[in-house]
Amino acid sequence: MSVARAKLPRMTDDQKSARRAIVRDAVGIGVATGAYGLSFGAISVASGLTTAQTCALSLLLFSGGSQFALVGVLGAGGSGIAAAGTAVLLGTRNALYGIRLAPILRVHGPRRAVAAQLVIDETTAMAVGRDDGPAGRLGFWATGVSVFALWNLGTVLGAVGARTLSDPRVLGLDAAVPAAFLALLAPRMRGRRPWVIALTATAVALVAVPYTPAGVPVLLAATAAALLALRTPADARPPAAGAGGYPATGTARTDRETG
Amino acid sequence: MWVPVIAAAVGCYLLKLAGLSVPPRLLAHPAVRRVAAALPIALLTALIVIQTVTTGHRVTFDARAAGLAAAVIAVLLRAPFLVVVGVAALTAALARLLA
Repeated sequence: MSVARAKLPRMTDDQKSARRAIVRDAVGIGVATGAYGLSFGAISVASGLTTAQTCALSLLLFSGGSQFALVGVLGAGGSGIAAAGTAVLLGTRNALYGIRLAPILRVHGPRRAVAAQLVIDETTAMAVGRDDGPAGRLGFWATGVSVFALWNLGTVLGAVGARTLSDPRVLGLDAAVPAAFLALLAPRMRGRRPWVIALTATAVALVAVPYTPAGVPVLLAATAAALLALRTPADARPPAAGAGGYPATGTARTDRETG
Repeated sequence: MWVPVIAAAVGCYLLKLAGLSVPPRLLAHPAVRRVAAALPIALLTALIVIQTVTTGHRVTFDARAAGLAAAVIAVLLRAPFLVVVGVAALTAALARLLA
């Protein structure tokens, strides 16, 4: 955290307590995400990946939605291309987050390379929408470090723990994944356009299921949505990049800050 | 399965780095923004549907659908992320136990 602290000028007591509140929130989000990491580790191993591959995903890919999508497609018997394609397409939202974060973080060189890995739903929600730059930077780095550490810890424990389970379906883990996707989706469903896109995606995916290999229906749904988005004019309002995932693992306060 | 793991990790990292690196006007193009906003919605919706009501190449309704229904209620009640996921898993597990 010295990264963020080094840039701060002398602080008033108000700023100090604001900083403490940000760090406290960041740790809380990390703990919640760590618990979620447990379920990722378990589900990934149950989907047929090794413990090493599961941990590599959390370390190197480090984006919950994409990770769940990858193991979900592989677990359903989809090809590697379909699995990686779905994960990468789902990761496109992180590029949008980066645009919002760049003027707040103002990072270059090696520090930008490190910051990039931490650009996810939670860090964006904690960084954007704050009044001043230092608070936004602190929100980003504190949340990034906290979530990275605990997400990876949770993943290891979940992966190792799942080895002892004979059938993860007994715990309802197969229903946990779509529920996690639902929680990521819910904050995006404001206005009419998202519903049109969602219904189109549902129809395309269901029609494709009987005729295409596993994983392909999801990619076809994404393609249809992209074409739909290109052909129809946008809403007047730009997409709210910060209101990305179910923000900050569900703290309503963060939701309002970014919404 | 190392190839998709590494490929997805590299792809996702480059996207993150691109957002921080490219001139904003490039990615801020209206068409790019529209597609980028639409993709997560389509992908998440399709993943939810596929992973909840299909088995192999068939449409099936089982305990997962009950789990998702519980998750929908939890989301409507603005429950925190982990509660949404936990309620779905618990509901599906109970449904299997009772079936």
